[in-house]
Amino acid sequence: MAVETTTRAKLRWGLLDVLVVVFALVPVLWIASLSFKTPATLTDGNFIPREWTLDNYRTIFDTDQFVRALVNSIGIALIATLIAVVLGAMAAYAISRLDFPGKKLLVGVSLLIAMFPQVSLVSPLFEIERQLKIFDTWLGLILPYITFALPLAIYTLSAFFKQIPWDLEKAAKMDGATQGQAFRRVIAPLAAPGLFTTAILVFIFCWNDFLFAISLTSTERSRTVPAALSFFTGASQFEDPTGAICAAAVVITVPIILFVLFFQRRIVSGLTSGAVKG
Amino acid sequence: MSINATPTGADVAADETSESTGRHATVPTQRGGRRKPPLSENKKAERRLGLLLCAPAALVMIAVTAYPIIYSVWLSLQRFDLRFPDQREFIGLENYVTVLTNEFWWTAFGVTMLITVVTVAVELVLGMGLAIIMHRTLVGRGLVRTSALIPYGIVTVVAAFSWRYAWTPGTGYLADLFSDGAPLTERASSLAIIMLAEIWKTTPFMALLLMAGLALVPEDLLKAASTDGATAWQKFTKVMLPVMKPAILVALLFRTLDAFRVFDNIFVLTAGGNETSSVSMLAYNNLIRGLNLGIGSTMSVLIFITVAIIAFVFVKLFGTAAPGSDDGERR
Amino acid sequence: MADIVLDKVSKSFPDGTVAVQDVDLEIADGEFVILVGPSGCGKSTTLNMIAGLEDISSGELRIAGQRVNDKAPRDRDIAMVFQSYALYPNMTVRENMAFPLRLAKLDKETIDRKVDEAAKVLELTSLLDRKPANLSGGQRQRVAMGRAIVRQPKAFLMDEPLSNLDAKLRVQMRTVVSRLQKQLGTTTVYVTHDQTEAMTLGDRVVIMRGGAVQQVGPPQELYDHPKNLFVAGFIGSPSMNFLHAAVQDGELHTALGKVPIGDRVRRELESADAPRELILGIRPEHFEDAELVDDDTRRRGMEFEAPVDIVESMGSDKYVYFTVEGEKASAAELEELAADAGAADFAGAGGNLVTRLSAESPVAEGQTRRVWFNLEKIHLFDPANGRNLTLHEGRAAGALAD
Repeated sequence: MAVETTTRAKLRWGLLDVLVVVFALVPVLWIASLSFKTPATLTDGNFIPREWTLDNYRTIFDTDQFVRALVNSIGIALIATLIAVVLGAMAAYAISRLDFPGKKLLVGVSLLIAMFPQVSLVSPLFEIERQLKIFDTWLGLILPYITFALPLAIYTLSAFFKQIPWDLEKAAKMDGATQGQAFRRVIAPLAAPGLFTTAILVFIFCWNDFLFAISLTSTERSRTVPAALSFFTGASQFEDPTGAICAAAVVITVPIILFVLFFQRRIVSGLTSGAVKG
Repeated sequence: MSINATPTGADVAADETSESTGRHATVPTQRGGRRKPPLSENKKAERRLGLLLCAPAALVMIAVTAYPIIYSVWLSLQRFDLRFPDQREFIGLENYVTVLTNEFWWTAFGVTMLITVVTVAVELVLGMGLAIIMHRTLVGRGLVRTSALIPYGIVTVVAAFSWRYAWTPGTGYLADLFSDGAPLTERASSLAIIMLAEIWKTTPFMALLLMAGLALVPEDLLKAASTDGATAWQKFTKVMLPVMKPAILVALLFRTLDAFRVFDNIFVLTAGGNETSSVSMLAYNNLIRGLNLGIGSTMSVLIFITVAIIAFVFVKLFGTAAPGSDDGERR
Repeated sequence: MADIVLDKVSKSFPDGTVAVQDVDLEIADGEFVILVGPSGCGKSTTLNMIAGLEDISSGELRIAGQRVNDKAPRDRDIAMVFQSYALYPNMTVRENMAFPLRLAKLDKETIDRKVDEAAKVLELTSLLDRKPANLSGGQRQRVAMGRAIVRQPKAFLMDEPLSNLDAKLRVQMRTVVSRLQKQLGTTTVYVTHDQTEAMTLGDRVVIMRGGAVQQVGPPQELYDHPKNLFVAGFIGSPSMNFLHAAVQDGELHTALGKVPIGDRVRRELESADAPRELILGIRPEHFEDAELVDDDTRRRGMEFEAPVDIVESMGSDKYVYFTVEGEKASAAELEELAADAGAADFAGAGGNLVTRLSAESPVAEGQTRRVWFNLEKIHLFDPANGRNLTLHEGRAAGALAD
């Protein structure tokens, strides 16, 4: 092919790239823009704020409502992620490495759960959690989060584990390692990237949830940011909450953006590895 | 075939081609290529370990889903309104009759179906395009992939707020785009915006699944098609699509079931106003707002059944291979 | 350094299959022994049992006179080289080679010294700080060898260490392995499916089939005096030709004509249960263009005429393929060998004959050529059990032996 065509092809792809980037970023930039606007300019419909202000951020960090929700969000998502990854890793190891009855059943069940309509669980969980006195607690949210994150964790991790050359375990044994040493010094360092990627995906999932968050909480005690956003009223009842909502939205979007920026490759490989069996 | 493999022995290179006369195929007797099946004690220990490792995950998943589902069915057979707890009683299928003869339910069902079908169809087309761009673009691949991941990762509620403010007269840059403003107060435009928000949020996920399928299309196959004189479109339909079919079906299955659960966007954008409630929204309203556990549970069960039917149709009619279903093989 | 003794070592599975059956083998200190056979013959299982990576179902394994059946691999003091090399991807070459030493808790100076020494021997010094991902296949293979030799174990176990290399490199590495083993004088058990490797590397070769040892001996002995049809067909490339032979009136009727037999074989065939049909085996180099044979030699063999199918000139000699009529030789062993050889159909049992003739032979494709073959080098096999009938006290003596 002539150089000219390649340049043209590059240009064409470049144009498509720009289209994708704009498509993906506009809503995010829009809400960020709103969060930096003063109440006076909030309604001017301008994409770039005419007057920049950090007041909205000050407002939300001054209100207990948001700070508390942020703490809840971070705490609940982290704990749920940790547990889901640990349990998922155990199950994924078994699925990818061991032969045991019920393996297919487990894979099938987790697939079912991955497709499960979460709203169907809202009513029984609401009632069960009230009876167990875990309604409106961290535990009350962590449990369903773990449950719905587990299929994701199991799939992603078994795909990763299947790529680990397990011959290395034998090699380590021949080199004089005990089972424990073989795991710690050889297998664990290889499994770490997969665990990390899975943790990111699971965290995003927990961080995102809205349905459980508004159904299984009733107070600020355990309400996470997405749920709190919908109850946001601003500093005082009479203030328009738009600016504050946008600032809060930006705050909880920042970690996602950071993950995506730094771990794009990992996230893509994590999401695609589980979907297609090579 | 009358020619033997290359005779060897004299020169060094030929020596190695003895591989072709070589002795590496499987002996038909005995246990084929499987070299190291474990001993019986080992086997038992392996089974025990496998079950032990899976038990916690399995227990949590079952405890949080199976039992509640059964409980949900039980609740759906009762009159159970938390505002009037005294009236709790077993009423058989009466709740189902109530729900299934209620026009709100059917409106919500229609809305959900509409949203599911339209968004998944559009996402398939856009997602395919995005997948091809992410897979093949000559410039800025990392940038495209990174940006595409943002809608996937962002909190749905945040995105929904962005769309809401964009379409609200006053704050929005899009509000004046159509007719006389306030698109979120009319049914058709509200639905369109809900679908737009859904599509924006989930197309990247669809694209990623499809990209995984694209990566399976052998480059040589496309080259062969080119030399055979296929046009770009023919290459797409005759070569790429057939290879990608399993990946497409899996992506469709996942997204269809996911779309059927649509909730967050509607909650933020319209709160179910102007008859834009989805079934999830309706169930939520009955449960949490209305505190009617009986009716809410009935809807939950109906949604569950619908999803099961959709999944069944995909798996049986289209032959969608559930990912992971081939997990039986061992390394 | 140590000797390794396998005493009736067996490996069986719960479903009843037997992977390795009663293997008796004494490997002397410093000896280089090759386990060879087709896939699934039990050679890798045997190696893994010596390594301690698989349990021994019955029998006893002794290393340096000590029973080690129940010892973990780490307590056996043996090193292993894997087909996949099994290099730790997260460690540099130096760390890979130092790993067994660090596990053995040697002090840092000793470790460094030993790694440097081994690296020098294997010409890895300039690569010590690289990660395995940045090495070529040959370099990775050398690192795997390096990791095995640094700790000066009692024995080396090698599981097809060269099969992942390309042809040229494999030949190079073969000499590296051979030289290294001689230099270090460490007992070595080497598994391969490639008979060329087996022939060129080992002091002794163990041929296995279906979990059982077929024959043990130095390569030349296996080549010249195969105990049975399987060994005869497995060793040698191109492989031995096999022809159907019917016993009739004290002669063998074959596609190459009537082959006379000597007294010794005749006596074998006179017993009541003796087979009436045999398989005649003859190696390609025991043929010659009849024109080029002097009278003295001519007397030791016989001649036949056949159409030339293909001529492949190798420079030093010619491989000539003839088409011969007649019934094909058939036996379980031959089918197994043919299956193992895969698509390239097994030379021996087909309707054609592979011969290796002198380079001076004017033979051309399409002509019919007169060919001589050496009757003293013929092997006769019983198709029922594969036994070599021409073998007397372990030596093959041809068809004419008295």
